[in-house]
Order: sequence, then C-alpha cells, then structure tokens
Amino acid sequence: MAAVTLRRVSKRFPNGALAVRDVTLEIADGELLVLLGPSGSGKSTLLRLIAGLDVPTAGAVLIDGRDVTAVPPQHRDLAMVFQSYALYPHKTVRQNLEFSLRVRRVTGIAGRVQRAAELLGIAALLDRKPAELSGGQRQRVALGRAIVREPRAFLLDEPLSNLDPLLRVSTRTELALLHRRLGTTMVYVTHDQEEAMTLGTRIAVMRDGRVEQVDAPLDVFRRPANVFVAGFVGSPAMNVWEEGDGLSAGAGQGTVLGIRPHDIELTDSTAADGRGRIEVVEPLGAATLIHLRVDRRSSDLVRVVISADRAVAVGDVVGFRLRRDRVHQFDRETGRRRDG
Amino acid sequence: MIRRRGWLVVTTLLVAGLVLPIYWTLVSSFTPESRLFAAPSLVPHGLVFDHYRALFTQRDFWTPIRNSLIVASATTMVSVALGAACAYAIARLRFRGKSLLLAFVLAVSMFPQMAIVSPLYVVLRAMHLLNTYPGLVLPYLTFAMPLAIWLLVGFFRQLPADLEEAAMMDGAGRMRTLREVILPLALPGLATTAILTFLYRWNEFLFALSFTLGPERYTVPVAITLFRGQYQVPWGQVLAAAVIATIPVAAIVLVAQRRIIAGLTSGAVKG
Amino acid sequence: MIGRRRQHPARAWEDDETRLAWAFVLPALGVVALIAVFPIVWTFWESLHLDDLRMPWLGRPRVGFANYAEALGDQRFWSALAHTGVFVAATVTIELAAGLLLAMALDRLSRGASAVRTAVLLPWAIPTVVAALVWRFIFESPSGVANVAVHTLGMTPPTWFADAVAAWVPLVLADAWKTTPFVALLLLAGLQTIDRALHEAAAIDGAGPWRQFTGVTLPLLMPALLVAFLFRTLDAFRVFDVVYVMTGGGPGTATEPIAVYTFSTLMQNLRFGYGSALSMIVFLVAFLFALGTIQVFGGRTLLEGRR
Repeated sequence: MAAVTLRRVSKRFPNGALAVRDVTLEIADGELLVLLGPSGSGKSTLLRLIAGLDVPTAGAVLIDGRDVTAVPPQHRDLAMVFQSYALYPHKTVRQNLEFSLRVRRVTGIAGRVQRAAELLGIAALLDRKPAELSGGQRQRVALGRAIVREPRAFLLDEPLSNLDPLLRVSTRTELALLHRRLGTTMVYVTHDQEEAMTLGTRIAVMRDGRVEQVDAPLDVFRRPANVFVAGFVGSPAMNVWEEGDGLSAGAGQGTVLGIRPHDIELTDSTAADGRGRIEVVEPLGAATLIHLRVDRRSSDLVRVVISADRAVAVGDVVGFRLRRDRVHQFDRETGRRRDG
Repeated sequence: MIRRRGWLVVTTLLVAGLVLPIYWTLVSSFTPESRLFAAPSLVPHGLVFDHYRALFTQRDFWTPIRNSLIVASATTMVSVALGAACAYAIARLRFRGKSLLLAFVLAVSMFPQMAIVSPLYVVLRAMHLLNTYPGLVLPYLTFAMPLAIWLLVGFFRQLPADLEEAAMMDGAGRMRTLREVILPLALPGLATTAILTFLYRWNEFLFALSFTLGPERYTVPVAITLFRGQYQVPWGQVLAAAVIATIPVAAIVLVAQRRIIAGLTSGAVKG
Repeated sequence: MIGRRRQHPARAWEDDETRLAWAFVLPALGVVALIAVFPIVWTFWESLHLDDLRMPWLGRPRVGFANYAEALGDQRFWSALAHTGVFVAATVTIELAAGLLLAMALDRLSRGASAVRTAVLLPWAIPTVVAALVWRFIFESPSGVANVAVHTLGMTPPTWFADAVAAWVPLVLADAWKTTPFVALLLLAGLQTIDRALHEAAAIDGAGPWRQFTGVTLPLLMPALLVAFLFRTLDAFRVFDVVYVMTGGGPGTATEPIAVYTFSTLMQNLRFGYGSALSMIVFLVAFLFALGTIQVFGGRTLLEGRR
C-alpha cells in the first residue's frame, strides 16, 4: 500500500499536444481518488503517467516518497484495470490471474489465485478462455488479475464503461465494498460523475490537462471551485447566467451566478424571483425536469427539478424562487468561486 | 432473378477458364506420349503413370524438389525471424525514422530483380557461393525480407496495444512480454507471412537460373525449364513435373486459402 | 549529450526503448542493405565501365556514359522497350478488366464461395514457369487444344510460336491467366469494404445497376484499383519468366522484353558493363513510374493499409 504523489507533472506528446499541464496531486495511502473529466481532459494520460506507461516531459512521480519517474511500469508494483480489460486472449482465466505472480516468482500461486477468484465469484470460470466469458465476467477477471497481485495501488481506467447500465450500477457498489475490504490506494478514471460521486474518497476534476478542483465528492458538489466544475458535476447541470442577465441575486457586475435545478422551486406567490414559460417537460420518474424560458431574447432555458406529483404542461407560465443560500457566485474573468 | 443467373454464368465461365488448363495438364500428364497431341477430349481414358515413373528413374527429379524445399524453407525461416523483430520495432516501439524505414522497405520490394542480378553474381562468385544453398538463400532475402516486414508490420499493428501494457503492468519486461503475449498472438500473422514467403520462393526462377550452375543445385522451376531436349520437348515428363511442382502449392492453397487471401490483400504486394 | 539542454531523467528510459528498437531493426535492415542497396550502387558503378567477361584482356576501363549512349543507339534495346510496353498495356488492361468482373462475380456468390476462391487462387499459386509451360503445351502442336478451338470457330490457326504477332497471344494469355486471380482477390477485398447500405440508398434514389456501378462501386473501389494497377504494372514491366520459358523472346527477337534482353546481355553474352547500363535504365523507368503514379494518385491511398 502506498501514497502516490505527482509533483508538477506535464506531458507533451510528440505531435505537440499538451495532454497534462503542471499537475500536482497528493493521493493518500488507502484513498480512492477519482479522476473525473470530459474526454480529452487528460485524465487517462495522467493515469498512464502514474502507471509508467507514458513518461512525463516534466515533473516527477513519487510512490511512498520515492521518485519513480524513471522506473519502468513493470517495476512500480502497481496494478491496472483497462477499459478494454486487456485480458490475454490465448490464456485461460487461471493463467491470466497467474501471469503476474509467475513473472514475480511468488510462492503459493494456486492459493492466491483461488482466493482472488472466490472473492470475485469467478472460481467456476478459471479454466475458460476470455472469449467464452460475458462482458461482466471479463470485467471481474480483469479486476481479479489486479487484486491477485496485492499491489501497492490500483489504477482503474474507466473499468465500468463497457458494461450495460444495470450491471454498471451493481458492479460500482461491489467496487466500493472491495475498496473498503482491501484498503488499498486506488486511482479511478471516469467521465461519469455519478460513479465519481458514489465511489470517490476524493474527486479530482480535470479539464484541458489541468486539475480544476480536488475535494471530497459532496464538497465538489456543494462548493464547486469554478464555473467549469459547477457545470460539469451534478445532473441535471447547474443553471449558470451572468448578473444582470434577467435574473439578479444582487451580487454586482462581473459576477457569474449558478444554481442547481433542485434549488429552484415553483411558487405562485408574488414573492417570485421571476416567471417563465415552460418549454419542455421531461419526466424523470421520481421527479420532473422542466425547462423554463425566462428571457424572450435569450435562447438559454432555466432548468428546474420539481416533484413528479405536480402537474405541469408545456406553455404554462409559472413563477419560481431561488434558494438564496444555494446560489453560487463566480468571477466572470477568472471563473473562480467568489465566496472563498 | 435473371440478373443473378447472369452473374452465375459469368462466374462459371471465368472459373472454368481458370481451372480448365490445370485439369488439362493433369489429364495430359497421365496420357501416353503418342496420344498427347491426338484430338483432345475432356473425358480421359487409357491413363498411364509412365511420365511420373520416368521423372524419377530416367531423371533425378528428387534433387530439384529437395533443393527447392531447402532453399524456400531456409529463406522463409530467416526472413520471418529477422523480419518479425524489425516489424515489431516499427509497429510498436518508439524511435525516429520509422516511416522512412517503411518507405525504404517498400521501395526495395519494388526493385526490378534484373537490376541486381549481375552484382549479386559477381559477389557470390567472389565468395565462392555460386551453386550453393546459401548462394540462393541470400539473394532471395532481398525480396523475401521486405515482404515479411511489410506484412508483419500490418499484423503487429492489429494487435491491441493494451495487452502489452497489461503485461508490463503485470511486471513482465519487454522480452517476457514478447515471448508470452506478443508471439502467441502474432502466430497467425507469422504463419501467413511464412506461407506467402514460401510460395514466392518455391516459384522463383530468375535468381535460381542465374546462380545455380548444375543439375545438383537446380530448383524445380529451373529443372523443368531445362528438360527440353535438343530438338523435342519431352512433353509428357514436363507436364508430370508441372503437376508435381504444383502439388505443394496446391496443398498449401487448399489448407490456407483464407490466410493467403488475407495476407495478399493486407499487404497488396506481389513478388 | 554535451551542449544539449539538460534532459528530464525519464528520457533515459525512452533512449532504452530506442536502443532496443534499433537492435531489432538492424539485422533485417543490414541484410536488405547488403543484398539490395549495395548491388544497385554497384550496378550503377559497373554501368560506367567497359566490362566484357568474354574479352578480359580489355580490362575494365572507365567509359563514362558510353554504355548509356550505346543503348540509345541500339535498335534491339528500343524494340525490347516497345515489346515491354505492349506486354504491359495488354496484360494490365486484360487483368484489370477480367479481375474486376471476376471480383464482382465472386462478391455476388452466396454458396460455395470458399471452394470457388480456392479454385481461383490456384493459378496464382502455380509457379510462373509451370504456367508458361502449360500454356505453351496448349498452343504447341498443330493438333493442340488451342488450334482445335480455333478450328471449331471456323478459322485457320496461325503457327503460334513462329509468327511474330501471333506469338504474343499465348504470352499474354498465360500471364493474364496466372495473374487475374490476384487482381480479382485484391478488388474483391475492396468490394467487401463497401457498405451495402450505399447500394441500397442508391437504388432507393432510383439508380439502376449501371449507375450504381459507375456512381458507387467504381469510385469507392478506386484505392484498390490503384494498388492493383501499380503493382501489376511494375510487375509486368519486369516480365521475364513467362517470355523466357515460352518463346525465349522469339521468333527472332520479336517478343523479347527488356528484362530478357538484359539477361542475355549479362548472363549469356557476359557484357557486364553494357548489361548494367540496361539494368539501370530499367530500374530508373520503374522507379519514375512508381513515383509518378504515387504523385498523381496520392501516396496516402497506397499506404492506407499500413495505418
């Protein structure tokens, strides 16, 4: 088990693209850190830099305080779960699990393979080849190949993205249990904010090769550090507009305001902050998402989540009120959160 | 419906045109010399083994078969082994000058063989390699190697890079990864390359004609060509030899048709 | 390293990879350089000399471009070049046309496709020398198959191999027979990459079979056709085996292509200097043709398969 430190790490690819820009990050021992960001944000590259599959063009990677920047991946003692699973197609499940142990000339291989297989419920599949397995089973084998090693840390690159939605949710829960049980450091890359929120001890939100915010999931949700994080984390996405642009919160010029759709309520009273015409109604089941046109000139619609019990129809004009304590303020120039 | 039948007729005619000469050769090789040029008939009768027997009793046709097998196999092994290493580096490792290297390889495979016959002849003579097996294998590598590299680069690039990275994460070094992960997965590609190389070298004529001096080193194509008597071609034996020369390639085609087509069309290289 | 900017420590590792790569590349590259590049250079050097192995007492004086000048005034060289051109034009045209037809027929084949492909592949796999002999046999004697066939059509067959014009027929037929399968399989692979939905869309738009062929099939097949054209032309330009075995360039030198002329100059007349000059000319023509084709049609189409 290990702590991983990235010290001012940058990666420029030979084609000139700067995939990671000056990232400094401390990942504590036993933590599950999620790297969250849209595609192309550099999160996978960052993971590969930790793994040693790519070499940073600047900065250092440290594991337990030791500089491993120049250490090739096979000597870093980290395990990785690939998005494609990358199971060896010519080896059986057992041979897939054994491979890393044989390479390291570990003793008691059979027992360790058996324990890992039982932990993941794939003991019955040990003599099959990957091609004979379902997607979910392959995913488990990939996990098994990582945990059988008892590595210093796990690196997971979008491990659930190839599963169907139902399986994805149940496997997510199992992953959380697995992390608690093993207590090993994990770095987990995903573009799915729900995965990030549910799994992460902390979330590092990335954009354009930079880490925009590192915090516990709820802190990222409640106190997004800038406009990008505010818009990227949370679903449906936060409403964002500029002060003086129809709605006002009295924050003064040069401010960007944000409020989550859950923090707006419909009201018939005269104390409404504004009125809008319902353009789209999207029933989500437990709740209903409506899109309001507040300003005739603007094409931006305000998203509001309301109780599913309330009957609304397209064309209705409704009043709404913002929950003042839930309004976020950002600087228009820098995009940074105002209230510290 | 009518159109489909039309295509069926086209297919039948074209395939018949391709197959009939082979059939005709086969039948004729079993026909006595006296009736070889009698009125041709598609239905064979009165077949004899005379020509085949003569091939191995009057002439020593085993020798050219053995020579061809040795030379073609040796060329195949060397070019696949060296070519695989080179192709793997081009396909997977990071270094400068890769595309230049590949263009160079492609350019060499387009060389007219004729342009290097005389220098090779002089060099082989100076090294006392004329009329020897190495003296044929070395020149063959000129064209076998670029073909192998070209084909194998394609095959290696098709292998998912994830697998190699997974092996590295599992703690395996380059060599171990190569041995336990890459090579087993590249086996079909290596087999295809070996098959194509063998076929081309089994069929090669110009170098074999130029660098062998006597019947003890003739390859099959050279031996058949030089069957001609002074005034008359012993057609029965020539056709029997043609059939024998075709048997190995026909067997390979039967077994590995899919692979050969995949290799031909992926490399799009002939020669 | 001295004088260069101080490297990031991790670079050492990338240097290791580069070293490994060259270790893998060099054996193959060395062999190719030794047996392909060195001889070409040698051939060029030799072509600047008078080197006649039948007259060793002349030594090997340097004669500049005299050998090339001789070629320009050599009637046999020019007709060999013309013969090669005729052969290339005839065979490549026939092979592309027949190959395309065969490819489209194979593409439409629903049953027995594998068996048919095997049958088609056979002529390609047969040694060229054998193919030449087989076709020579077919055209050989007055009562051979070809003559019988011509008779049944009510015509009088020529004496094939004694007639300067008729001798081309078996030559071209043999080459087309052996190589059409290769072209067909190449084009078939190209055809199979074309999305069926495109034909369906064209049909819905009202395009008949001919319009579908010219509007959808041909343009999308262009890369494959180009590759087939380039490789076939380069190959036909080097033609040696078929002619050497079938007609020996005869009657006289009526079917002698440049490769056969070069070969007899080098290996039979042992005029190495002049033969080398002929080789260089062949090499240059082939090289310029390949370069020109790639320039005109774009090398990307050609190299696409390698990405």
